[in-house]
Amino acid sequence: MNQPVQTFTPQAFHQQAHAALENPQIRANFRKAMDGLMGKRREAFSDWDLETLRQLGANIRLRALSKLPDLLEQLEANCEANGIRVHWAENGEQACAMITEICQQHGASSVIKGKSMVSEEMHLNAHLEQAGIEALESDLGEYLVQLNEQTPSHIIMPAIHLNTDEISDIMHDRTGTERTRDVDAMTAAARAQLRERFMAADVGVSGVNFAVAETGTLCLVENEGNGRMTTTAPPVHIAVTGIEKVVEHLADVAPLYALLTRSATGQHVTTYFNMISSPRKAGEHDGPKEVHLVLVDSGRSRIYQDDELLDTLRCIRCGACMNHCPVYTRVGGHTYGTTYPGPIGAILMPHLMGLEATKDLPSASSLCGACGEVCPVKIPIPDLLVRLRREAVGDGVGNVPGAGVKRSRKEVAAWKSWQWLATHPNAWRGASLIAGSFRGLAPSHLGPWTEYRTAPKPAKSSLHTLIKRHRKEQDS
Amino acid sequence: MSARDSILGRLRDRQGSALVAPESDFAVVTGRGWSREERAERFTRWITSVHGEVVRCNTADWTDALAGVLAEKQIRRLALGRQHPVALAARDALASHQVELIDADRDIEAWQEELFQHVDAGLTSTRGGIAETGSLWLWPDADEPRLLSLVPPLHIAVLDVDAIEDTLFDVITHQGWASGMPTNALLISGPSKTADIEQTLAYGVHGPRELVVILRDG
Repeated sequence: MNQPVQTFTPQAFHQQAHAALENPQIRANFRKAMDGLMGKRREAFSDWDLETLRQLGANIRLRALSKLPDLLEQLEANCEANGIRVHWAENGEQACAMITEICQQHGASSVIKGKSMVSEEMHLNAHLEQAGIEALESDLGEYLVQLNEQTPSHIIMPAIHLNTDEISDIMHDRTGTERTRDVDAMTAAARAQLRERFMAADVGVSGVNFAVAETGTLCLVENEGNGRMTTTAPPVHIAVTGIEKVVEHLADVAPLYALLTRSATGQHVTTYFNMISSPRKAGEHDGPKEVHLVLVDSGRSRIYQDDELLDTLRCIRCGACMNHCPVYTRVGGHTYGTTYPGPIGAILMPHLMGLEATKDLPSASSLCGACGEVCPVKIPIPDLLVRLRREAVGDGVGNVPGAGVKRSRKEVAAWKSWQWLATHPNAWRGASLIAGSFRGLAPSHLGPWTEYRTAPKPAKSSLHTLIKRHRKEQDS
Repeated sequence: MSARDSILGRLRDRQGSALVAPESDFAVVTGRGWSREERAERFTRWITSVHGEVVRCNTADWTDALAGVLAEKQIRRLALGRQHPVALAARDALASHQVELIDADRDIEAWQEELFQHVDAGLTSTRGGIAETGSLWLWPDADEPRLLSLVPPLHIAVLDVDAIEDTLFDVITHQGWASGMPTNALLISGPSKTADIEQTLAYGVHGPRELVVILRDG
């Protein structure tokens, strides 16, 4: 459990996708899970005016983004007034250094973690371990993935790629738990293993679902209780979150929470909604004596510059877009090679990692539109996928790092020629005549296109010519 | 320049067009208009659907219901507060019972091991309930600390029918949460659960395996 094993990279998306498509276990695990989740979500919204609720969710997030710098300052002021110490990090590297430093100030040797995708994004566990601090995931799925030296394959259900037998093997091999297919027994074993660790942990690290500017409150959504445990049992709690997670009012969280749980897992509510506004006060008997909030930028302020890309920052991380994505369902989460997989990953990761590394991700979509239709805050994901595709082949000017990486001179020249031909009728007619006469010479293999298709051949005569001929015949 | 100033600077000097905050119409999350009985019924239906148990009883003899739950679940050691009327009444009623009563209003550092290993159940009051989602809301305090509703395998929560409101939005706005949040505010909707092993539900992964709500009426 030293370094996270990075066997998947976005650069190798194509190879990874082929490998996943040929793995019946992976395909069956994801198919089963995604079908279940889609059905549950539909059921959970059945007696709601979903469009109105989604519009409200979108409007709340847009309002928060429209005042983002003010709200961040208000959040900071209110947190500090409540006794929560606020830190700002330009990138994951800085955030990891800050968290490591806080741990070291307390002489911490063990950190217990609640689920946090931002901490995954910055590879916090690896950083802490380099500093000699053991970081243990406590969300059951994250725990299993960590035991198996993997990364999460889904942002809500990290171990969705594993089935019961595989998990039984992992727990047996790594913790000595007796092999079983009894999920209750496995859960009880994990409970016992982690309880010890909660008691011994020096620091708890968690993510944040919503940070409320108005009251300086950190909201955490969960079912297991590990989030509450992480933020209550250890003497120090460090919450880490992206700067876009702020909302203006406490009342704003009500509709967002209703959208989040139903969109994510089809639950009408999660077991716990944990709202933290301060460290342990004088006279109180439990809870951390210190609470820190680390606000991480990591490319978010660059996304914020662009009127269209800005919509990416509305995301409340429910995962509905991946649950409904035909590509994600077939290739699974690891194939993307990025912290956030699926449609949200495809529109977010190019900003965090640059288009050089992630150029294939915006193309990993049939643009069927399902992601945009289910998004609880109405992010126009298909439009953003198209925008990023354009950025990848464009002239390299703009707000996306690595823009223009897929630009090919040949392709540009081909389109330019086509454009010229299509606007010069005589030349077009000449070219069609030539193409028609030499159709026997058209190649029968056209790269990947002809792997599953027959190569097209130019027609003997163009439609234009045929119609002309037809009219002539009728007239005569 | 500090990271703070440069991040805020970039956000303030945004390149794009001016952002306009759209109106938020909250009608969709409020105004349910349910009757008292509908609220109790919905609360019970939803919390039961996620494995919570509800014992409805007369307010006058709720401690009998409590004693019944303790007997049924074979609870020997019950942790509870010492000041809240719920804790006081429970202590009174259970004085002659076999159940050992454990003071929860102690610094956790002094009894963490005991709480984690040797307490069978935690009893707490609640501030209210939410009909739409079958949720309890709690503001843990010095008398009933945060871990009391989390660590023991059974959580027994006492709720009055009159304290159930329609929606979370209603609770936040009617109860004026924004004007003074406690250290920790909690919604609890059922016992701890997970579906991380192949989508199969399992209860009691980190928090309580069982949640019993004593719903006091009249």
